[in-house]
Amino acid sequence: MKRLVIAVIAGFLFGLGLAVSQMINPVKITDFLDVAGNWDPSLALVMGGALAVTLISFRLVLKRSRPVYADRFNLPIRSAIDRKLVGGAALFGIGWGLTGYCPGPATASLSLGLFEPFVMVAAIIAGFVAHRFIFERSQ
Amino acid sequence: MENFTPYSAFAGGILIGIGITLLLLFNGRIAGISGILIGALFPEKGDWMWRFLFLIGMVAGAAIHHYFVPDSFVPRSGYPVALLASGGLLVGFGTRMSGGCTSGHGICGIARNSPRSFVAAFVFIVCGAITVFVVRHIAGVAS
Repeated sequence: MKRLVIAVIAGFLFGLGLAVSQMINPVKITDFLDVAGNWDPSLALVMGGALAVTLISFRLVLKRSRPVYADRFNLPIRSAIDRKLVGGAALFGIGWGLTGYCPGPATASLSLGLFEPFVMVAAIIAGFVAHRFIFERSQ
Repeated sequence: MENFTPYSAFAGGILIGIGITLLLLFNGRIAGISGILIGALFPEKGDWMWRFLFLIGMVAGAAIHHYFVPDSFVPRSGYPVALLASGGLLVGFGTRMSGGCTSGHGICGIARNSPRSFVAAFVFIVCGAITVFVVRHIAGVAS
């Protein structure tokens, strides 16, 4: 129960942060990526703000033997820099540039009554499903 | 650079960083949105509810901001749906393939000093920039 309350609060702060920083506006994203045009560096400062907190907090938090409400830290274990990592990141980058949305802002802006986020989230889910069919069948 | 909004960007980034920190400190979880979405859509036993509630919280956070600041941005209109749909497909496929998106690799992974995430973030930003260059300056699609 406590963990669920934390999940809602953490999600709320995340969504609020995306809205305050205007990252839910896809034009802010494409303007950041448009280094040859009317460049908008805002996204770098969003990452900077988030990293200013997490670079310090992760160090302190991960010194603990366990989280406050869970038995262990659930961290990614993969460490290989392989074709899947680079290829996947490249495909994601192309999709990000084409749309101006990544998964967080697309989901958070579902509440704004706009058309684009619905198309985006549906297409992202279709992409997950396609990946399942192609790469996860034998597992 | 008249579209640059440094203060709100940094403030929003700090809020995101606090949310990510809470999830790790209390629940031991990494706030990577593509991973949370996947787990919410294809659930494993006992691992669904927190993901669902995190996403609800995220939608609510953006909704409350919109309620108090309704005109924070002018929504893009008339952007080609074909670009949105194909791009969204690539975002879903690519984040699943590389195991993370802007939040998981770009913020959490870099904060954990993960070489995988540094590489992923570099690659998706460079590919995003090349794509926008092609879409805006070569194909001439306005956005």
